[in-house]
Amino acid sequence: MTTEELKSTLLELFPAAIPEEGGEWLAINVAPDELHDIALRLRQEQALNFDFLFCMTCIDWKTHLTMVYHFTSTRYRHNLVVRVKLNFTSPEVATLSDIWQTANFHEREVYEMFGVNFINHPDLRLLILPDGWEGKNPMLKSFEDPINMIRL
Amino acid sequence: MWSFSNISTNIDEWLRSFLNPTWTMVAEMVIVGICVISLFAVLGLVLVLMERKVSAWIQIRLGPNRVGPKGILQSFADTLKLLVKEGMTPDGSDKFLFNFAPLLAIIVAMLLMAPIAFAKDFHMWDLNIGVLYVSAVSSISVISILMAGWASNNKYSLMGAMRSGAQIVSYELSAGLSILTIVVLCGSLNLNDIIQSQVDGWWIFKGHLPVLISFVIFIIAVTAETNRAPFDLAEAESELTAGFHTEYSGMKFALFFLAEYVNVFIVCAIGATLFLGGWMPFHIGNWTDFNHVMDYVPSSLWFFGKTFFLIFLIMWFRWTFPRLRIDQLLNLEWKYLLPISMVNILLVTLMAILGWHF
Amino acid sequence: MVEEIGTTTDGDLIINVGPQHPATHGVLHLVITLNGETIKKVEPHLGYIHRSIEKMCESLSYRQFIYVTSRMDYLSSHINNHGCALCVEKGLQIEVPARAKVIRILMDELTRIASHELWWGAMAMDLGAFTPFFHAFRERETINDIMEETCGARLTMNYMVPGGVMLDIHPNFRQRVHDFIRLFKSKVHEYEEMVTGNIIFQNRMKGVGLLSAEDAISFGCTGPTARGSGVSCDVRKYYPYDGYEQLAFDEVLETAGDSFARYMVRIRELHQSIRIIEQLIDNIPEGDFQAKTKAVLKLPKGEFYQRVETARGEFGVYIVSEGGTTPYRIKFRSPGFSNLSALDHMARGSKLGDLVAMMGTLDLVIPDIDR
Repeated sequence: MTTEELKSTLLELFPAAIPEEGGEWLAINVAPDELHDIALRLRQEQALNFDFLFCMTCIDWKTHLTMVYHFTSTRYRHNLVVRVKLNFTSPEVATLSDIWQTANFHEREVYEMFGVNFINHPDLRLLILPDGWEGKNPMLKSFEDPINMIRL
Repeated sequence: MWSFSNISTNIDEWLRSFLNPTWTMVAEMVIVGICVISLFAVLGLVLVLMERKVSAWIQIRLGPNRVGPKGILQSFADTLKLLVKEGMTPDGSDKFLFNFAPLLAIIVAMLLMAPIAFAKDFHMWDLNIGVLYVSAVSSISVISILMAGWASNNKYSLMGAMRSGAQIVSYELSAGLSILTIVVLCGSLNLNDIIQSQVDGWWIFKGHLPVLISFVIFIIAVTAETNRAPFDLAEAESELTAGFHTEYSGMKFALFFLAEYVNVFIVCAIGATLFLGGWMPFHIGNWTDFNHVMDYVPSSLWFFGKTFFLIFLIMWFRWTFPRLRIDQLLNLEWKYLLPISMVNILLVTLMAILGWHF
Repeated sequence: MVEEIGTTTDGDLIINVGPQHPATHGVLHLVITLNGETIKKVEPHLGYIHRSIEKMCESLSYRQFIYVTSRMDYLSSHINNHGCALCVEKGLQIEVPARAKVIRILMDELTRIASHELWWGAMAMDLGAFTPFFHAFRERETINDIMEETCGARLTMNYMVPGGVMLDIHPNFRQRVHDFIRLFKSKVHEYEEMVTGNIIFQNRMKGVGLLSAEDAISFGCTGPTARGSGVSCDVRKYYPYDGYEQLAFDEVLETAGDSFARYMVRIRELHQSIRIIEQLIDNIPEGDFQAKTKAVLKLPKGEFYQRVETARGEFGVYIVSEGGTTPYRIKFRSPGFSNLSALDHMARGSKLGDLVAMMGTLDLVIPDIDR
């Protein structure tokens, strides 16, 4: 499917989603409480078939956080970027690990690095950081560690 | 001709010339003890070096070549290192069993030396149940491994010991059955009688296919019994770090190491005795000139040559094959080797009764 | 964290494989719940070699950050660098000279062979056969020598820069690659004889660590791990970069989904890499090896994503730029991280001895997982 067709299909399915262009791939902005439903549709809709969540990360914009999901379809080979804007004080979003199992590890990584709370995640614990790092989120721009961090 | 039996007879006569029979016996026992211990040390050094050289040869590298000419002193250096290392005993371990296990391993290996005939008329103990004695005593070695694994208070050690227990107990059956084929054929448990029965040809040549089968089974079973690859599940360093000797260090580890190599030597010596004629030279039927030349080679050389050939074979396995999994290991024994050995021993019995061998 | 010493309430044994363990090839820590010899659960604990490369990159310029990426998947450092260079080039719209493109692909494929050879030896060692390791290193050393001559390094190459490659190839390069191909072709049958055809090895690998195609996609597996399950996912085919689309090579697929299938994929990929090298080695175009670029690179505001196929799977570079000289945020999508997440699913119910067969064929490189 070309980007244009993908865009029209997506807008038909999710009128609330705000498409964004300019990047390499089509991107849509989604509200946090709608994410799980939309993701499930993306996965299950035969015309879309986004079965492969190949990248998932978070960006700290100092005023807010943005979750970025990169989807691709192993059948149609089209790509989609889904962005979810989260507020900075209590970032919360539904887990996608029940739809794509790879989200399990990636969400644990985002949880410890950015402090995003994934609702209904089966096993939301520290994955990379050692014990005692709960609540300290090293990938945030505001994180300071005067001992271990070297400013380049 | 130069031979071990002449030397031992001369020593015996010399001792008898100035000692009464009781003291002669005591003196001879001391001499034998010293000989066994030094043989142990030499075997350990030689076999470790041989293993390293063989593995280097198989793995297209040079192996040890720095200490001494061609690296032959490498084993001495390693032994020295192990001797001066601290032998640690972990806190949670059963201290008595932990320290006793390596000693038991080495004691078993020493006991097994007794009935082996190293050359013509040269053995420590002419035991009329030699084969039975070897099978019985070698079973004790599993206890030392279980002891080490349990006393270490380490989960890797425990798992290694359990694997080893299951493995050695299973493979003893087929090892025993394949030894029995030779016992059936020559009708004696005495190792010297077995060697004498091969004066006109080794059993592996005389015994047709059944003996060949039992020889192959014997080699597989003893490789498993000595815990060497591809049956080294008790150590399996990629799964259990080092298995039952994970917690051992220094000389206690070295004793396990030594016991392993000496056990390899002993099982190969038994194999050579049973199947390849022990110290018997290689004879071919009526080629009297050829046989005459063969007789000139000292009997001890024949024995050690055959033994080291089998040792090389076992080393070759180790550096070629990947390791089996525990269920595959037990399947191999209980589903294949044991039934084959049982049928095989029936065949051999039939063969012995009907005299269908040379 | 679970209670790591002792047993669970069900009487299962919990053992720690790692962080220092011969089977994990690095500092991976697996907490394994065992019932006898049967695995009930595998729980990876990561981070023993986490250097926070993503955070580090936020204060490095677009020329500098590529050097750090060599330290992630150190066995595919060329391909990591390649992905980062491509991503920066995509942002700046730099046209890379043809010569540089060919050199890059040659280096990528040599790296892939070197990586697969190390994997082959290490995997056989996990299964208890030591000798293949030395046989694999005999050929791998040749590649390292080629790399050393041209790039000046044997492991962390740092050879690819935005706009091309750092230096032109060494005059001996072509001849030595030819020598390598000859050596490799004369020796590759040993691999088959020594390991592939071995009955013990086949019994250890077949039917072990089954991963269905659906699960492979769901777990985000890529590279030989997914292709062993029949998932066609070669980035070089679907999202070709630097001229892969003009080359004749096959995507290797196996459908069994077990360890043996993953093994066979990698072995057959060796031949495909040789095929690519043979097509290019005599056709390196003349010209510049590096495009003219500004001294200080500034990516325009926006997001850039580039994926490349490393020896382990799909490696993704995601750069978020605010228009400055350093990236605002960089995310590295490492193949090992996703492949590892499938380990628990694969290992449940198998024997402890099977775990090494699975980890061996997942080809885990720990710095790549931890980043």
